[in-house]
Amino acid sequence: MTDPVKLTIDGKEAAAPKGMNLIEAAKLVGVEVPHYCYHPKLTIAGNCRMCLVDVGMPKLGADKKPELGPDGKPVILFGPKLSIGCNTTVAEGMVVHTRSAKVIKAREGVMEFLLVNHPLDCPICDQAGECRLQEFSVDYGKGQSRFIEEKVHKPKKTEIGPKIMLDDERCILCSRCVRFMKEVAGQDCLGFVERGSYSTLTCYPGMEPNTNYDLNIVDICPVGALTSNDFRFKQRVWFLKETKSICPNCATGCNTVLWSREGVVHRQTPRDNDAVNQCWMCDHGRLHYQFINDPNRFVAPTVKSGAMGERFNLTWPEATRQIGERLKALKGKGATIAAIGTTRATTEELFLFNKLVREVLGAELVDCVPHVGEGDKFLLNADRSPNMNGAKLAGVTADPVGSRIPVIAEAIKSGRIKTLIIHGENVAKHGIAEDLLGKLELLVVIDTLPNKVTELAHFVLAGATFAEKRGTFINGKARLQRLNAAIPSPGIARPEWQTFAALLNELGADGKYLAIEDVFADMTRTLAPLAGLNLSKIGDQGVELKLGTVTPPAASAEKPAATVEAKA
Amino acid sequence: MQVERPKLTIWERTYLPQILHGLWLTLKHIPRRKFTRQYPEEKPPLYGAYRGAPTLVKDPEGRIKCVSCQLCEFVCPPKAIRITPGTRPDGSPDANVEKEPKEFVIDMLRCIYCGYCEEVCPEEAIFLKRDFAIAGYKREELQFNMEKLLELGGVQEDSIWKWKYKGAPPPDAPAAPKREAKVS
Repeated sequence: MTDPVKLTIDGKEAAAPKGMNLIEAAKLVGVEVPHYCYHPKLTIAGNCRMCLVDVGMPKLGADKKPELGPDGKPVILFGPKLSIGCNTTVAEGMVVHTRSAKVIKAREGVMEFLLVNHPLDCPICDQAGECRLQEFSVDYGKGQSRFIEEKVHKPKKTEIGPKIMLDDERCILCSRCVRFMKEVAGQDCLGFVERGSYSTLTCYPGMEPNTNYDLNIVDICPVGALTSNDFRFKQRVWFLKETKSICPNCATGCNTVLWSREGVVHRQTPRDNDAVNQCWMCDHGRLHYQFINDPNRFVAPTVKSGAMGERFNLTWPEATRQIGERLKALKGKGATIAAIGTTRATTEELFLFNKLVREVLGAELVDCVPHVGEGDKFLLNADRSPNMNGAKLAGVTADPVGSRIPVIAEAIKSGRIKTLIIHGENVAKHGIAEDLLGKLELLVVIDTLPNKVTELAHFVLAGATFAEKRGTFINGKARLQRLNAAIPSPGIARPEWQTFAALLNELGADGKYLAIEDVFADMTRTLAPLAGLNLSKIGDQGVELKLGTVTPPAASAEKPAATVEAKA
Repeated sequence: MQVERPKLTIWERTYLPQILHGLWLTLKHIPRRKFTRQYPEEKPPLYGAYRGAPTLVKDPEGRIKCVSCQLCEFVCPPKAIRITPGTRPDGSPDANVEKEPKEFVIDMLRCIYCGYCEEVCPEEAIFLKRDFAIAGYKREELQFNMEKLLELGGVQEDSIWKWKYKGAPPPDAPAAPKREAKVS
């Protein structure tokens, strides 16, 4: 901060950068100024009047210097009226009162007016529990309304777009949504019609929010006027547990919060991180979480045996033992192994996957499936892999990523590859046809949901989704970010790193990892960009890595394969 | 501590005075008023704030009052209440209420009859009625579902305007106090 402005807020000395408004300056000294319409990432509207504060400036003498009172301190002149904190910038020597009797009285007045036409249907409203109107009602509201006239009735239960439900009676006309759609989402489609008490939020004729960022207006709505159709009437927020997580749907790696109750994730919302997603996230990522709660999830490792190809559940030690036996037998026969990893796995899993298939099993053909979609200029990245950089760092990708998959298909066709290990990818959709997979002697699939490939697999090892494990993702801008487990996995399914560690142990290699921290510690020893880090140091906001000099996967990819062939 | 035993006389050592005294007490009670209640044929009287089984009530027009706000589920100390929220269908006369319970289960094996649910209910939809002898042959029988709870609850005459308040207050509502202009 160069040349900070010094001011006093509620008797506390504050130093704020020039141009900062009083709400933010008060935050610096731990004072909360209640507000509705102000949002740090949007322009200032100043229409809710909730952030009124008493602002005083030193009285200047004829020499333009502060006049001193009898106590030797500058004489402060307060304005005749209160000022809104959101649109008043800090000034040298300013004195601000945010809790004086005058300010409290003003807030009580504002609250009373806001509640005049509010329907007070909190028992029905989804926002109850995280509603600013409720919170400030407790602080500054009256127990009983003095308004005995009939409230203004406005449209209720109006769908604006396919994702959002609008209840105009609950709206307090803060215009956050209007500003968000105009300034951030780039679709100027919301506005107010009518005047005074009859002011109503509505869409422009023939328009409705249809960008990929619409649901952010549900987050920023301070009341329950805008609710998400996806979450509407599903759960009350006070039941939900918040877990800090990372969106796994593209390379941006938006910071999120998972809201779960009793092992079910009910919604996903963005979390502040100015280095990644500010405080927004896209609807594509936000709404793509239902697969976690899918009733078809694998609950245990299974083996395909018997004449009819029936599947039997196994215990983990038994599954590990049987796979280990088959792998050892095939390796003894000199069979070569191929493996396909996933860029949707955590870095720890990719690291162990690499250790297992490349270092221990000597697989020569290892690659990941690239996932590409349509990106936009804001948050949604065209690369839909949350951990492409992690995969590259762990060394389980070819250069370019996915270029070795046709080679693997060819090798299966020619009969050179008889064993394939697939982690979390439906390769039938990505270049290895089902009839080729049928030719394999051993197909081990680690996945969470059934698909064509898991039907063909000899062993299916039940995995965990991003919501069920700890670990790290490295996003497209090389930021290392931490995942946390929100819910337990179904049945005895478990995070993949545990499965890989067990297989490493079974094959006589070092897989003695008791916790994810042990895996991370091992990674920091091997992978240079992670040196000196641990999971705690990553924190909730992540750390930037210097991946510039990572060994290109192509070069490192061919080397171990060559040595294995030399040995064989 | 040493307790000194009283020295008994020969008359006392015959135990006859004790036997006679006991017989006298028994005889004395024969003509008196009887206190034993012949339960279950004879039910005990239940007084004012008696808290029996929690039930769901309907309003005088037969509509479910509960809007599944789940406050009772939240406040319930033994976690006996489980609500699945649902939407009131469009076109139903009370569609403006928007929300209703899809399922409402009270585990009567868990319920401790504390009455917090009744106290917390903002819609006056759950009441502890006077049923107290809740028994069943199976555990499942004591999972009271919404149907059972509504049957137990019946209709509650209510004084809140929620249902009719779609504009003017109902005709039988108390008149709003007239506000007089303040002249200073």
